[in-house]
Amino acid sequence: MRKTSLEMVYELAKKDRRIFFIGSDLGAGTLDRFKKEMPDRFFMEGVSEQNIIGMAAGLALEGKIVYVNTIATFITRRCFEQIVLDLCLHNLPVRLIGNGGGLVYAPLGPTHEAIDDIAIMRAIPNMTVIAPADADEMRRVMPLTVDYPGPIYIRLAKGFDPIVTSNDSFEIGRAIPMREGKDVLVVTTGITLGLAKEAADSIKNEGIDVSILHVPTIKPLDRESILKYAGKVSGIITIEEHSIIGGLGSAVAEVIAEANLGKLFRIIGIPDIFPDGYGSQASLMEKYSVSAGSLLAEIRKLMKKP
Amino acid sequence: MPLDAKSKELRRTIIRILECSRRGHLGSAFSLVEIIRVLYDDVLRYKAENPGWEGRDRFILSKGHGCLALYAVLAEKGFFPESELWKFCKIDGILGGHPEPKIPGVEFSTGSLGHGFPVGIGMALNARYEKAGYRTFVVIGDGEADEGSVWEAALSAGKHKLDNLVVVMDYNKYQSYGPTVGIQDLEPLADKWRSFGFGVREVDGHDLDELKSAFSNLPVDAGKPSVVICHTMKGKGIKFAEGNMEWHHKSGLNDGEIKELYRGLEEY
Repeated sequence: MRKTSLEMVYELAKKDRRIFFIGSDLGAGTLDRFKKEMPDRFFMEGVSEQNIIGMAAGLALEGKIVYVNTIATFITRRCFEQIVLDLCLHNLPVRLIGNGGGLVYAPLGPTHEAIDDIAIMRAIPNMTVIAPADADEMRRVMPLTVDYPGPIYIRLAKGFDPIVTSNDSFEIGRAIPMREGKDVLVVTTGITLGLAKEAADSIKNEGIDVSILHVPTIKPLDRESILKYAGKVSGIITIEEHSIIGGLGSAVAEVIAEANLGKLFRIIGIPDIFPDGYGSQASLMEKYSVSAGSLLAEIRKLMKKP
Repeated sequence: MPLDAKSKELRRTIIRILECSRRGHLGSAFSLVEIIRVLYDDVLRYKAENPGWEGRDRFILSKGHGCLALYAVLAEKGFFPESELWKFCKIDGILGGHPEPKIPGVEFSTGSLGHGFPVGIGMALNARYEKAGYRTFVVIGDGEADEGSVWEAALSAGKHKLDNLVVVMDYNKYQSYGPTVGIQDLEPLADKWRSFGFGVREVDGHDLDELKSAFSNLPVDAGKPSVVICHTMKGKGIKFAEGNMEWHHKSGLNDGEIKELYRGLEEY
């Protein structure tokens, strides 16, 4: 997904002289072609996130569209005030591409685990937050980011994530119904779409009919689709590779609580702790119950099946 | 350094703003008056009737709390009617305690320190990319230079050799709590900038001729970004306010205090 996203920045920049790229001391060789072919629009800066966001704001004030890339925790936490004031207050077209949303960097520990990125980006006025499910979806998202107004945070997953989306048309701010069922609605963002599909497939033979609503744009949230599909089932479960505070679950809860639906509701996410332990992304997700297995268990609980 | 008639008049305007709003950063504005006045009288290219004119030099007051000096000059130049000055910090005015781009002539919102300089780098890089002739001026304070982002930006401007970028430093040697030398000493300041790849010029920031001479010989060193370190006096123009931390920011000013300010200025 990361590869696709950066390749798309190159392809889009080839066609549009307004597009700039700024990296923060990224891996050697990143976007080599961009650097070679469009050196006056490619900046590899030092490890200096505050300065980079300010630079991007300055270019955007002059009519440029700036893609900025580094690790998700650094691009959201280190320069938070620059994002709030330089980008969001001025509503500038800067696109923040965060590598390793969620637990991707499990072996590197808590400094690199982006468990609160959605929560903090979502709280800022004017910010758009997008978490695609796979590389194919990323390919559909990126061209739309060129002329979309205001700042965007794009959350990347690991790379080589399984392809779980089909060739739907993509619209920023629109949720995508992946399947319709009458019992439980599972709402997903990013790679948890894959987990939901797995759970829905395996529970079918227990006679439980699962709806899946994929929400790649967490802000602005597609309230209409959430209420439409939530209205058709008896219970709603959200699942995200993110803290249970402030992410997809919170966003959906805000919508359904205000609508007084009176439905059963569960949030699956990383508990309110700093994840402990290393291993792989998948093993850490399993440890903190962000998995198809725990989703199955919650669905059964909601349907009162043992 | 004595003040000429115009410098006194601008300070009188600032006191009148305080008289209307009963609040404001007086000391921080008074140290800046000559810097902003010379920039707008003799240096910057702009069109007050068309603030977004493409050929304008970009100007960012990164130490946003010095905005009263900027507002007084922008009104004098006709960017907005003088009547706005008397609505400073009022619910129906456009001028707040920190500058915002909704004000004609203001490029960028400042108030939190350490933001304007990196933004100026982006503007200067754009000028280079577009082969545009505009220059970018960023005014920073000395307290502001405690922010790490200022030195991240200094590294970057030096690397990019942005000879179309000018940092103007209002070095009044006081920050909010007290003298910079006791809070966070910046010395050796000129050497710091030089070592980051800047051409450095030091001037008396209240001397109109020194300021004009510095700003008309830019860049200071060919092929490098420039910094003009302006040695100034916080509260310059009123003896009892000079270097007096009580006058960094004031709110709830009473009639007696306003009268004292006018008198202090006339006696200077």
